[in-house]
Amino acid sequence: MKKDIKIEEMKKLRPFRVFAIERGTVIDHIPAGKALTLVKVLKLPAHNKIVTLGLNFKSKKGGQKDIVKVEGKELSQEEVNQVAILVPTATINIIRNYKVADKFKAKMPKMIEKLLVCPNPNCITRQEEVITKFYPAAKKKDEYDFRCHYCERNFPEEEIIAEINNK
Amino acid sequence: MPAKSFRDRDVISVKDLTKADIQKILQVAQQLKKKPRPELLKNKVMASLFFEPSTRTRLSFETAMERLGGRVVGFAEAGVSSSSKGESLYDAMKIVGQYVDVIAMRHPVEGSARRAAESTDKPVLNGGDGANQHPTQTLLDLFSIYETQKKLNGLEVAMVGDLKYGRTVHSLASALTHFGARLHFVAPEMLQMPSYILEELKAKKIKYSLHEEIDEVINKVDILYMTRIQKERFTDPLDYERAKDVYVLTKDHLAKVKKNLRVMHPLPRVNEIATEVDATPHAYYFEQAENGLYARQALLALVLGKIK
Repeated sequence: MKKDIKIEEMKKLRPFRVFAIERGTVIDHIPAGKALTLVKVLKLPAHNKIVTLGLNFKSKKGGQKDIVKVEGKELSQEEVNQVAILVPTATINIIRNYKVADKFKAKMPKMIEKLLVCPNPNCITRQEEVITKFYPAAKKKDEYDFRCHYCERNFPEEEIIAEINNK
Repeated sequence: MPAKSFRDRDVISVKDLTKADIQKILQVAQQLKKKPRPELLKNKVMASLFFEPSTRTRLSFETAMERLGGRVVGFAEAGVSSSSKGESLYDAMKIVGQYVDVIAMRHPVEGSARRAAESTDKPVLNGGDGANQHPTQTLLDLFSIYETQKKLNGLEVAMVGDLKYGRTVHSLASALTHFGARLHFVAPEMLQMPSYILEELKAKKIKYSLHEEIDEVINKVDILYMTRIQKERFTDPLDYERAKDVYVLTKDHLAKVKKNLRVMHPLPRVNEIATEVDATPHAYYFEQAENGLYARQALLALVLGKIK
C-alpha cells in the first residue's frame, strides 16, 4: 500500500506548509488571487529574501484568502502604503524573534505618488515623464476609486491593478 | 467663506473653484461688461498657446486681453511650437513663463494644463485640455445663467443631447451643485450622464431626473442647455438616425415655456437648434458666446492682481 504511506507522509508535512519565521513580515487577509500581484508590486523577488506565498487558505471570516511571508525584512512605510492600495483588507504582522511584535491594518494614504500608472492613454503622464499622483476615494468599506491628479479621471481599483500588472 | 486671493492663481479645473470664487469671478465679469477698463492690463503680456486649433476660445482670450489694454504673443497650432521638435511641455512652458505675465493655453492631452502650471510661477488659464476640463466655458455658462435669471440659486436646469461625452455639461452640472439647482438630463439612454456625475450629485443632495424627450421638461425649466449629438458616438447608424431628430429644438417646443426660459448652447451648433429659434426671446446662445469675453477678462484681471 505504497500510496497510503505517501498520503501519511504528506499529512505529516501539513504543518510545514506555513512555517513560523524568526524575523520578518506576514501579510495576512489578502483576498484570494491578489497575493501574486502584491508580490510583484512590492518587488519582493528582487530583495533576495525568502518569500513564502500561500494561496486559497480558508479564512476564518469565510471564503478564501492569501498570505505572504517575507523573511528577514520589515516592510517600509512606502511598502505598507502599497499594500493598502492593492489590498485594503490586509493585516500586516511584524515578526521579531518568532513573535508578533506589531500588528496593524494597512491604511490607505491620502495621496499616492509614483506607484500607479494612469490607465488613460491620453493623460499627460502617459505622454511625458511625470511622477503620477492619485487620490483614493472610498466607495464602500475597503473599496476605492482612484482619481488622477492630472487628467482628473476616476478609475476603479481593477483598472488600476490591471495597469500595474502590465508594467 | 470669502474668495481666496486670485493673484497668481492658476485656473485649471472648475473643481478648484469654491462657491465664493465663482461668485467673485461672475461679479467682476459683470463689472467689466458694464464698464470697460481699456487700460487695466496695460504693459501686461499674455501668452496664447494653442497646441490644437480652437478659433473661438483663442479669439475670445486674445480679445479679452487686448480690450483690457494688454498684449498677446503666441501660436494657434502645435506645428509651429517647439513641441513639434520633441521638447517636453514642462520645459516649453517654463521658458514661456519667463517671458510673459499670464498664460492661456489649450492642449489636446488631458492633464496638460495642470502639468504646465507646475512648470511656471505665472498663472495658467486652461482653455481646454483634451476631454478633461474647460473651466472658462463653465464660467461663461454660469455668468450667462446669472445674467438671464438674475440669480444662480435654486434654478431648474435641463441639459439636452450628448451628456455622456460632453465635457461642458459635466463641468456645468458639477458647478451647479454649489447653487442647489434642480437638474433634468435629456438624452438617449446610451448618451445619458455618466454614473460618476450622478454619484457626485447624490452625494451633494442635488435633485435630478433622467428623460428621453425634451417635451417632458421644457415647460418647467429656466435654462435649456442644448448640446450636439455627434454621429461618431453611435455604434449603430440606425440608432443615430432615430436619435438625431428627437433632440432638435424647434419653435413648436417653445409654445408653453416659462417666460424667463433661456436656451443655451456651447456652440458650434449644427442642426440641434432650428434657426427659427434664433429670433425668439428665448435664444441666448450668441450672447452666451459673447459673455466668454467678460468671463475671461475677469479671470485675467483677477489673476494678474489688477482687481481684488
